[in-house]
Amino acid sequence: MLKLKNLTVFVKKKKILDNLNFEFKKGQTYVLMGPNGSGKSTLALAVMGHPAYSFSPDSRLSFEGKNLKGLPPEKRAKSGLFLSFQSPLSISGITVFQLLRQALNGRVDILTIRDRVNQAAQSLKIKKELLERSLNEEFSGGEKKKIEVLQAVLLDPKLLIFDEIDTGVDVDSLKVIAKLLKVLVRKKKTLILITHYNRILKYIKPDQVLIMKEGKLVKVGRGNLAKEIEDRGYENL
Amino acid sequence: MKIPKSLDNYQYGFAMPSKPVFKSKKGLSEKRVLEISSLKGEPDWMKDFRLRSLQIFQKKKMPRWGGDLAKINFNEIVYFSRATEGSSPTWQDLPPEIRKTYEKIGIPQAEKDFLSGVSAQYDSEVVYESIQKELTKQGVIFCDTDTAVKKYPDIVRQYFGTLIPASDNKFAALNSAAWSGGSFVYVPKGVKVVLPLQAYFRINSQNFGQFERTLIIAEPNSEIHYIEGCTAPIYSAKSLHAAVVEIFVKKGARVRYTTVQNWSKNVYNLVTKRARVDQDGIMEWIDCNLGSAITMKYPSCYLMGKRARGEVLSIALAGQNQHQDAGAKMLHFAPKTSSRIISKSISKQGGRTSYRGLVQVFPGAKNASSFVSCDALILDEKSRSDTYPVLRIKEKDVQIQHEATVERLGEEKLFYLNSRGINKEDAASLLVNGFIEPVAKEIPLEYAVELNRLINLEMKGTVG
Repeated sequence: MLKLKNLTVFVKKKKILDNLNFEFKKGQTYVLMGPNGSGKSTLALAVMGHPAYSFSPDSRLSFEGKNLKGLPPEKRAKSGLFLSFQSPLSISGITVFQLLRQALNGRVDILTIRDRVNQAAQSLKIKKELLERSLNEEFSGGEKKKIEVLQAVLLDPKLLIFDEIDTGVDVDSLKVIAKLLKVLVRKKKTLILITHYNRILKYIKPDQVLIMKEGKLVKVGRGNLAKEIEDRGYENL
Repeated sequence: MKIPKSLDNYQYGFAMPSKPVFKSKKGLSEKRVLEISSLKGEPDWMKDFRLRSLQIFQKKKMPRWGGDLAKINFNEIVYFSRATEGSSPTWQDLPPEIRKTYEKIGIPQAEKDFLSGVSAQYDSEVVYESIQKELTKQGVIFCDTDTAVKKYPDIVRQYFGTLIPASDNKFAALNSAAWSGGSFVYVPKGVKVVLPLQAYFRINSQNFGQFERTLIIAEPNSEIHYIEGCTAPIYSAKSLHAAVVEIFVKKGARVRYTTVQNWSKNVYNLVTKRARVDQDGIMEWIDCNLGSAITMKYPSCYLMGKRARGEVLSIALAGQNQHQDAGAKMLHFAPKTSSRIISKSISKQGGRTSYRGLVQVFPGAKNASSFVSCDALILDEKSRSDTYPVLRIKEKDVQIQHEATVERLGEEKLFYLNSRGINKEDAASLLVNGFIEPVAKEIPLEYAVELNRLINLEMKGTVG
């Protein structure tokens, strides 16, 4: 579904990702792990089309057979990609509802959007008052992550990358977030979870675990690989 | 960056052929002023006021600060024209041409939508005006200022030109000599007008200067909200708009004056607006400036009585070849007076915004407080924003706060919105609308919607 071939990514002239080759398959759940600075977030942002990143000429990046290189982020989103940000930015004067109304403009009518937002907020245990406020402005870490999941649910993409959805989130919040992620898994969505911890894996069983180190994909394994990493660290890989 | 091929594309830039019944010759002289006054059938005191003002205008120098006004040629301006004779009492009585112009702006629709009164100005004369019976029943007077001079000379004479004398500045002098039209509002003691009074007007004749004169008097414990919204057609020549607005807020009264200004991009908009606020009175200016070539406008509040309060909330947007030099003045004369200025400005495509503000606390205004916050959003490298805040504090026991921020449209925020499937243009519009939200939320819904649309229109082709 999402295919990386010889994927080499630069910020200005600095190489961040080095020749990645992998194919994420439809309906599968992946966990992407690796030490800080190994390039996990860069991969997520590059897939989504962040303007700061450039590719080497022989890099190939495609989604459902469609070449993503040169495609602006909004078109990637429309074709079914979603990124839940590691540290979502705050936006003054705009509520999550206004953002979604613009994002779903012409596809879903306003009343339906409102109903769905309320529904998703309820299952994520997001306080109503939060929906009325400027997006992420003075939200707690957990609230920000829940709002990311809410957007994921509303936008209904095919492949979702969650960048540290479990960081800065308390036990109860993690539980409701995991519950929603499980619904996505059941709906045969493709999930890529970038994480440092095993705790989210109590709730979600990945089909594959990928390990990145220094911009390279160094190991691919089954679910138990995550447990091994937690016990032994990345040093011995 | 896309630039419209022809100015004809400008959405509100339609121009109906202008057929004035009377049009004065270009330029301003004593003869012309006398001509205007006699055509209007004015009393001597007004005629003399005009003549005195003309002398002041001729002596006064152009302001040496603010926007570049070098291109204004006072001799090329027609100072008075009359579109139809007298005021028409109803919509049906209007000439079809004028009706068509207004239909394009949507006046009949607006009227259906429970307007409490419409005073629409075609050229310099108020030709159409319908006042709901409610207003009359409450004793509220709402008419054009020309009519007020004739029908209510005692009230007008008592206040006219006392807050903004002709000597205030060159453009106030010009207005005082050549004024025509504008609104007169008188709210009796204790009367609260629930629905906002609205005046739509457009200027529609080449080289035609627009010099409305608005006078609002809110007697003790009364309340009124006045809205002026203007969109102007395109001209080929430079056009000058120099209005004067005087507002008297008596003890415990409350006046809100909302402006959504979208003059076409060749208009010089040089307006003097001032309110005098007595004890426990509240004056709120909400001022949105989107159009014009140059705007120079600093609504002010003279806080004369104890606990008088003044507010200016403003939005300015400057695009290519535009300079919005706007701000506010708060003068604290009495104890416990308070003021708040919130200014939001956006500059794009080489446009320039300036915030120019004055907070002055006079000796004896103990425990006065003032809060000033001006935020500028700059959309690209070519655009510019400046802040000129002046504080003159002559009293010790005061609380003065000033905050200023300048930000560029953030690439990371744009990317965040893009990643949700929102294209660059819409994302930028969303961010700009979010930026002005603290002020926009104070504007009545129908105007807020229009403002939102105008901003989205302005954002077309600015990013990407």
